[in-house]
Amino acid sequence: MARSYQELLAEAREVIPEITVAELAESVSADPGTLHIIDVREQSEWDEGYVPGSVHVPRGFLESRIAGVVGPDEPLVLVCAGGHRSLLAGQTLRNMGFSNVSSLVGGFTRWKQSGQDVAVPRTLSGDQRSRYSRHLLIPEVGEAGQLKLLDSKVLMIGAGGLGSPAAYYLAAAGVGTIGLVDDDVVDASNLQRQIIHTTDRVGMLKGESAKIAIEALNPDVQVNVHATRVTRENVLELIAGYDLIVDGADNFPTRYLLADASLMTGTPLVHASILRFEGHASVFMPHDGPCYRCLFPEPPPPALAPSCGEAGVLGVLCGVMGNIQANEAIKVLLGIGDTLAGRLLVYDALGMTFTELKVRRDPNCPACGPDATLEFRDYEAWCAGPHANPVGVST
Amino acid sequence: MSTVRIPPVLRPAVGGARELSVEGATVGEVLESIYSDHPEVRAQLVTDGGELHRFVNIYLNDEDVRMLDWLDTPVEDRDTLLILPAMAGGASASPAHP
Ligand SMILES: [Zn+2]
Repeated sequence: MARSYQELLAEAREVIPEITVAELAESVSADPGTLHIIDVREQSEWDEGYVPGSVHVPRGFLESRIAGVVGPDEPLVLVCAGGHRSLLAGQTLRNMGFSNVSSLVGGFTRWKQSGQDVAVPRTLSGDQRSRYSRHLLIPEVGEAGQLKLLDSKVLMIGAGGLGSPAAYYLAAAGVGTIGLVDDDVVDASNLQRQIIHTTDRVGMLKGESAKIAIEALNPDVQVNVHATRVTRENVLELIAGYDLIVDGADNFPTRYLLADASLMTGTPLVHASILRFEGHASVFMPHDGPCYRCLFPEPPPPALAPSCGEAGVLGVLCGVMGNIQANEAIKVLLGIGDTLAGRLLVYDALGMTFTELKVRRDPNCPACGPDATLEFRDYEAWCAGPHANPVGVST
Repeated sequence: MSTVRIPPVLRPAVGGARELSVEGATVGEVLESIYSDHPEVRAQLVTDGGELHRFVNIYLNDEDVRMLDWLDTPVEDRDTLLILPAMAGGASASPAHP
């Protein structure tokens, strides 16, 4: 025999205890975290606000998702808009063996009317949902991850061979703030690999040129142009406020300076370097893994450290290595996967081989060892070496 | 014979080869064998005092020989030795030293 909606509710009320707004509020403040609050409303209702501390499990997914949220013997209270859907949801959970289920009388509407605190979720806009839809489909990213990327600030050293692809892809991925440190202007000889720049922007400051490209690609991204070289005097100020550094520098003094500054500020450093057909990449997590100077305690003399300006570089190699940096940066920002921390990836584009080398923390490391004193050396002089001429032009 | 991978900056010193097949039972013997065939390599990697420069990393397969027995580390046939100096390249065309 068919039963009416009212009869279903009445049956549910017989088995599911109801609690009032005042009781829920008291229970939450007396014993925070013990009582699980499950909100079974639809997405659009949840987006308008919810009881602080509650977890959103829409009614349509209740049976399939509840096990991942709360155990069958844990106390939980169900919340909907007015207190009816939550009663019926409660009966479903009782049938599934959940023993300690109650329902909020009057639902979220009464909670809000009673003047209780309301949390409003940060959500992506409709445009962002569409732009980042392929990220939202990945469980490891999803909406929470995408919001995290939008809140992230990455400092890109160099808007050149590595910086072009790295910054471009990070911008496409929705990294919300990208700082570009480069004091150079776009030259025609850059365009073989520095794909963020264009022929009609030759002569423009690289940071400004890259900013035009990034803003055209993704208006969500705030671009800060730092038209300066990295020096002992400005490195800490440059890094302040950024979550991560991507090192696309073209010279050893800058690389060693960044390595020290990364340790001083606790800012992760995503490393890559390139020459001809060969690329190196790694990730340096300050005091949690090896640092750049655990790997290379000292820079080679200029004779063994030619720049790309002297030795040349395959343009495509920059794309491969810069994108490996973007990939690692996103993983560090999201806290997912296994990064290159503790490993050096050596890519030989000519032989098409990827070789992984172990990088260990050096207990005697002059930068991150227990006896290390962190201070900025005069890297310009140090890298130039005792018998060296200036390094000359690079990349 | 083990295989020794030569980094781009050292290739001119070995006639352009990307890899060499070298005899030697230890890392030190392999390096000595390379030096005797290509004296320019010794000039680039070894200090006046006969030590390897600190900026040179030598890997046996995927492990830094500093973590093994340094130059005494035994080398088997089919092992790969990799000579790895740091590389600086990456960004723009600005002078490194203005
Ligand atoms: Zn270190």
